[in-house]
Amino acid sequence: MKKQMILAAFAAMLATPALSQEAKVDPLQAEVLLRFAFSQAPADWAKRIAQDETMKVCSAARNAPSTAEAEKIMATAKATIKYPEDGKLMGDWKKGEAIAQSGYGMRFSDYPPRRPNGGNCYACHQMTQAEVSYGTVGPSLREYGKIRKFAEADVKAVYEKIYNAHASFPCSLMPRFGSNGVLSIDQIKDLVALVMSPDSPVNK
Amino acid sequence: MRGWRRQFAATAMAGIGLGLGIMATGFVPLAEAQTRGEADRARKAYEEHMKRMDEAEKAPTAKPAPQAQSAPAAAPKAAAAPAAPAVKPAMSQADQDAATERGLEQYRRMMKEDPWSNPALLDADRGEALWTDKRGPKKVSLAETCDLGKGVGNVDGAFAEMPRYFADVDRVMDTETRILWCMENFQDFDSTAFRKSPHPGGGQPVKDVGAMATFIASKSAGMKIASHADHPKEKEAIALGEMLFFRRQAPFDFSCATCHAESGKRIRLQPLPFLSDPKEAKVVVGEWPAYRVSNTHVMTMQHRLLDCYWQMRMHKLDFGSEVSVALSAYLYDRARGGTSAAPGLKR
Repeated sequence: MKKQMILAAFAAMLATPALSQEAKVDPLQAEVLLRFAFSQAPADWAKRIAQDETMKVCSAARNAPSTAEAEKIMATAKATIKYPEDGKLMGDWKKGEAIAQSGYGMRFSDYPPRRPNGGNCYACHQMTQAEVSYGTVGPSLREYGKIRKFAEADVKAVYEKIYNAHASFPCSLMPRFGSNGVLSIDQIKDLVALVMSPDSPVNK
Repeated sequence: MRGWRRQFAATAMAGIGLGLGIMATGFVPLAEAQTRGEADRARKAYEEHMKRMDEAEKAPTAKPAPQAQSAPAAAPKAAAAPAAPAVKPAMSQADQDAATERGLEQYRRMMKEDPWSNPALLDADRGEALWTDKRGPKKVSLAETCDLGKGVGNVDGAFAEMPRYFADVDRVMDTETRILWCMENFQDFDSTAFRKSPHPGGGQPVKDVGAMATFIASKSAGMKIASHADHPKEKEAIALGEMLFFRRQAPFDFSCATCHAESGKRIRLQPLPFLSDPKEAKVVVGEWPAYRVSNTHVMTMQHRLLDCYWQMRMHKLDFGSEVSVALSAYLYDRARGGTSAAPGLKR
C-alpha cells in the first residue's frame, strides 16, 4: 500500500513539467529511485532504503541538526534503549575485543549468516595500544575508562552510546548498534567491558 | 604494436600479481599462472620488477607519498607493544598495510617512468578490440555506430566530458551506461545476464563493458575533467547525486558522507578522500577505471559505487541505474577541472 502511494507520487512528479534552474530534489524521489536501483534485493531489503525520522532529519541537515531537531532525536533514541535484565552492564572484554575487530555482518555477501555480527570498532576508533591498524573517523578511545576513573555513570553512558549513539550525540556517524539490531545486548556488554574494565588493554 | 603492448602488460600483470598480490591481501592470483612456463615467466617478470623497485628506492630523487610516511612510523610501535589480546598473524595487519603501501608507492613511481606497465592497459587493449570489432547478432562495431557525445565512433576526449545528457535517450549517462546502451541498440546485445552480474569477482578480468570503458577513458588521459552541467537533466542528476551522497540509510545508518565528507580521516589504515570537496575529488575521481591491486583487476566507477553500497549494507546497485549515474554525475561535477588520469592504479 505504502509502496503504491510512493510510486503514485513518483508518477505525479514525472508529470511535473519544467525543472527549476536549481534542480531541487525531493527526498521522496530519491527514495523511489533507490527502490528501482536495487532490483536484485530480496523483498525484505526494501526497509533498508526507507529512512526513519532520525535519518531523514540527519540527512537533510547533513548531520548538523537544529537545537529543536537535536532534542527530538535524543529523546527518540533514548526511548529505544533496552538494558540487561540482570542490571549488569559489563561483560567480557576479551569477547569485546573480538567484536571490535570484526567487520562481519549484514552485507549482501554475509548471507546466510556464518558468524555473529561484528561492531568493527577499530575501523573508526583507536582502542588498545597493540592494535595500530585503527581508523580516525571517530575519537580515540585509548584509556577511556581509566581517564574517567571507571565511574559507574560512565559505564552506563558507554552502554547507551553503543546501543544508540544519537541519545547523547544527535546525528552521530556511529551506527545504532542496539536499536538497529546489529549487536545483541550481551555483545554490547562485552564492548562496554572492553572500553570500561580496568583489566582491559584499552585502559593499559 | 597492439600485440607487443598486450604481451608486455601480461607479464607486468603477472609480476604485480605475484609481488604486490602476496604483500597486499589474501586475494593471491597464483591460480592465474596455470602452466609451468607461465609461472616461470611470471616469476622472472616479478624478479625484474623487484630489481627495478630496489633501484627506484635507491634513486635520490624518489619521494615517498605522504600516506606512506605515517604507516612505517607506526610499525615499530607494534613490535614493542605487549602481546595483543586477539589472535594475530605473524605479520600484523598494520605491518602488512605499511608494506603494501610502500610496495604500491614504488610501483606507482615505476609506472610514471614507464606508463605501459599498468596492468589496466591490457584491459584497455582488449576494450579497443571490442570497440572496433564487428560484434553481436547485427555484426556491427561500436566504432561505426556508437556516439559517446563527440560524434559517432569518436573516442578522443569523450570520457573527460562524461557523464552527459544524450538526446537520443533523453537521459544522462556515464561512459559505461552509454556503452551498454550502444551494445543493446546497435549490436542487438542481450544484456540480461550481464545486468545480473556486471562486475568481475576477485582475480577475474574486468568484463567487456568495463574493458571498453577503460579503453575510452585512456583516450582522455591527461585532459581536464569537463563533465557536463548545462542541460536541466544534467543539473538534476548532479543534484540527485548530491542528495544521495548525504542520504543515510540501512541498518548501519551510513551515507557516502559518513566516510567521505571530511579531510584526513581513515578507515583502519586506509586514507579516505573527502569527495564532496573539489580539491580532493579532483585528485582521485579521475583515476577510475583503475587497476585495483587488492582485487587484482580493473574496477570501474560503477563497480566502485556498488562496492561502497555493499559496505553501506545495501544490496547490489543496478548497473546504469539512475542512482549510479547520478552519483557519478555528482562526483565528476566535484572533480571538474581536475585531470582525467584513468586508468589509474589503486590499492
